[in-house]
Amino acid sequence: MSVQTGSNNAPERYYNYAYLDEQTKRMIRRAILKALAIPGYQVPFGSREMPVPYGWGTGGIQLTAAIVGPDDVYKCIDQGADDTTNAVSIRQFFAKVADVETTEDTSEATIIQSRHRVPEKPLKAGQVMVLQVPQPEPLRFLEPRETETRAMHAYEEYGLQYVALYERVARVGRINAGAGHPVMVEERYLMSPSPIPAFDNPKLGFSEAIYLLGAGREKRIYAVPPYTRVRSLDFEDHPFAVQTWDENCALCGADDAYLDEVVLDDQGAKMYVCSDSHHCAERREAGHVGPMAGHQLAQAEKEPAQ
Amino acid sequence: MAYVAVKGGEKAISNAHKWLAEERRGDPAVTELEVAQLREQLSLAVDRVMGEGSCYDRDLAALAVKQARGDLPEAVFLVRAYRTTLPRFGASEPLDTVNMAVRRRVSAAFKDIPGGQVLGPTFDYTHRLLDFALAADGVLPPQAVLAEEPQAYPMPTIGSVFAHEDLLESDERTEDAPEPFDLTREPMSFPAGRDQRLQALARGDEGFLLSLAYSSQRGWGNTHPLCGEIRMGTVAVEFVPEELGFAIEVGDIIVTECQMLGGSKSSAETPPQYMRGYGLVFGHSERKAMSMAIVDRALRDNAAASGQVAPVQDEEFVLYHSDNVEASGFVQHLKLPHYVDFQADLQSIRRLRREFFQRQALKEAAE
Amino acid sequence: MSAALELEKIQPAFADPVRESQIAFRKIMEAVARPGTRADFGSDLHPPAGLGAAAANVALALLDFETPVWLDPALRGTDAEAWVRFHCGCPLTVDPAAAAFAIVTDAKTAPRLDSFNLGDARYPDRSTTVILQVESLDDGEAVILSGPGVKDVIAVAPSGLPETFWGQMQDNNAKFQFGVDVLIVSGSALTAVPRSSNIQIQGG
Repeated sequence: MSVQTGSNNAPERYYNYAYLDEQTKRMIRRAILKALAIPGYQVPFGSREMPVPYGWGTGGIQLTAAIVGPDDVYKCIDQGADDTTNAVSIRQFFAKVADVETTEDTSEATIIQSRHRVPEKPLKAGQVMVLQVPQPEPLRFLEPRETETRAMHAYEEYGLQYVALYERVARVGRINAGAGHPVMVEERYLMSPSPIPAFDNPKLGFSEAIYLLGAGREKRIYAVPPYTRVRSLDFEDHPFAVQTWDENCALCGADDAYLDEVVLDDQGAKMYVCSDSHHCAERREAGHVGPMAGHQLAQAEKEPAQ
Repeated sequence: MAYVAVKGGEKAISNAHKWLAEERRGDPAVTELEVAQLREQLSLAVDRVMGEGSCYDRDLAALAVKQARGDLPEAVFLVRAYRTTLPRFGASEPLDTVNMAVRRRVSAAFKDIPGGQVLGPTFDYTHRLLDFALAADGVLPPQAVLAEEPQAYPMPTIGSVFAHEDLLESDERTEDAPEPFDLTREPMSFPAGRDQRLQALARGDEGFLLSLAYSSQRGWGNTHPLCGEIRMGTVAVEFVPEELGFAIEVGDIIVTECQMLGGSKSSAETPPQYMRGYGLVFGHSERKAMSMAIVDRALRDNAAASGQVAPVQDEEFVLYHSDNVEASGFVQHLKLPHYVDFQADLQSIRRLRREFFQRQALKEAAE
Repeated sequence: MSAALELEKIQPAFADPVRESQIAFRKIMEAVARPGTRADFGSDLHPPAGLGAAAANVALALLDFETPVWLDPALRGTDAEAWVRFHCGCPLTVDPAAAAFAIVTDAKTAPRLDSFNLGDARYPDRSTTVILQVESLDDGEAVILSGPGVKDVIAVAPSGLPETFWGQMQDNNAKFQFGVDVLIVSGSALTAVPRSSNIQIQGG
């Protein structure tokens, strides 16, 4: 139902298949292979100007363009939702330039491009998770110079990161992982998981799928292969913890999903709903109901996309 | 409901694009602008878009200015996104600006220099009074009078003036120089060679470079710049195709070049000599060429590790932040929804507030 | 190194380069992401003698004017060399340390793995990717791989390798983040052993 066939613009298309020229694709493909061979290490690449602005997913778009084929099924989400404007825009782009089927269904997608979330449903072998990354350097806010941070990675000098983490514990009493909490990959490279919430960090480790992360403006590609050890930074006496909510999803009743807070009025009324819009819809279809099932939000999401 | 509005979807996007096109067109009762009009009459906007878009094509740049409704960084972005899809044949031969067909050339270093001061079409010495005659239709400007004598060709350069005294560091071509660094193919790397730096500055935002150059003049990394020469005019672009093995001319372009003299270098081995800062931009843009030359010169101090570093001398700071396509995209990406990370943040601040009030309550109970 | 090519002798490559490069790359990507697993490139491609279908697919998918390639001396001056030069447009090098890619046809006479480029401490991605052609992926002594991309452990048993080979591969892994990444190919099949793979030699 949710699968749409892309417009067939071959062979008279003005741009090459998937927009990028073949030489650029090869350059990105080589970077991807090195990224997979050195998990968590940021491979510099000759990022190109894309027809969407830097900061709006140019890294993810270049990764997708370099790997996508007409047999793929493509899903694109932003903040977990398929219908956020930027996700819609990027999905339309690939439907047009890559003749690719698009879907909202996590399980039938072969390539999932995302900003700030990993879907709730566990990923499988054969799927590639492409994450858009604004700032690939986990140490950047501790050390602004690339020449310095590159040396820190080269010689595995991550003391600065632990000091910063310790200072936070001293200040607020806990690790307090929010979004973009740094991870160690195979106990060698410190890596930014992109601004996904700490809630999603555990999904990166020992996944069946391949994770590719792309930063277009900063011109870096990195990767986490399947079955790779990924540890969120913490201390023994202050362990890493993911977000939890006292509430369940108002629409589907989920008690184990990442929730968005929806403000209903300016008197403090609010509801919590799944950030993963497909996960929520699928649960509702399966008969799960939350305390506000039937709310107009659930209706709005069912409107067919134009 | 704000939430539904954020989830605008495909219909909203399509409608927004239609509205944008309407706004671009403005009042349909007013004649639509032709690209040729922009190319001819907003030529300096076209020049800036070509320069920062790093693609010399007046018609494309004029189209971009029209499509971007006159928003020049947006027009630069349009040109860049087009340029990146073009096949790359290789690097041209270095431009021979000594043999430029000069339209303007001034030097601040000497009262008169060989070849003379040629003012050309400049805003300098105009009185910045709004010319209401331009608001009326059909007024043809007066023709400039042709000079009695033909201009010197080739026009001597500030370098040639100093050559016999060896007062200015040489900028002779390196034989068998490696192919220059190309930022459009490789990411920035540090320390940056001068080729990489000059390319980044040539593509850099005029406003950013202007402010950096200004900061240097006000003492934040002063290089005591002196405008040795500015020249603007037409130069030939030559390219050596692999299969021919000799240079062929592929076209003429207009460029503005600035040689900034700044500070002197000397050591036990070499006599004192002026150093250069170099600026070169597509089209006519003296503000950009001069700013670029001052920043280039200032960055050469960083290479010499001068100790205390001002922003203009810090190459990571300057080169990483000069590109307005990157900067504009990233600043404006804050418009995209961030509610997932904000939710994580909200949770945390609410918990901290709860703990704060619990502590206060305990304290009050104890008192 | 760049004698004129005899164009009429060069056999065709991909019929649909855009599509076939993408298909080939996805197989290579899955293989590198899952060391020890098998990719098969089918038999549509008929490269000249000295190059198997898998090696030829890798070359067409990944090599171009930006990648200096070290060719096994056995391939130099052959139709295979001309085919790679023509279809990939890559510069050739005789210096293993300058190679982005190396195509090895005889592992027994090839340079030691550590004579290729092992990368830079700051830029370990600049190392050589070695395409190693072997007799078969099946009939050799089995070694056990573990590490990123491998669920528990996985056995590989390519044949036709010199005795010292897996020892060199262990050294290669021990040097991580430095190291070469090896694509072992035979006929149309490929298995990857990137530098991240830990190698256990049976009974060794």
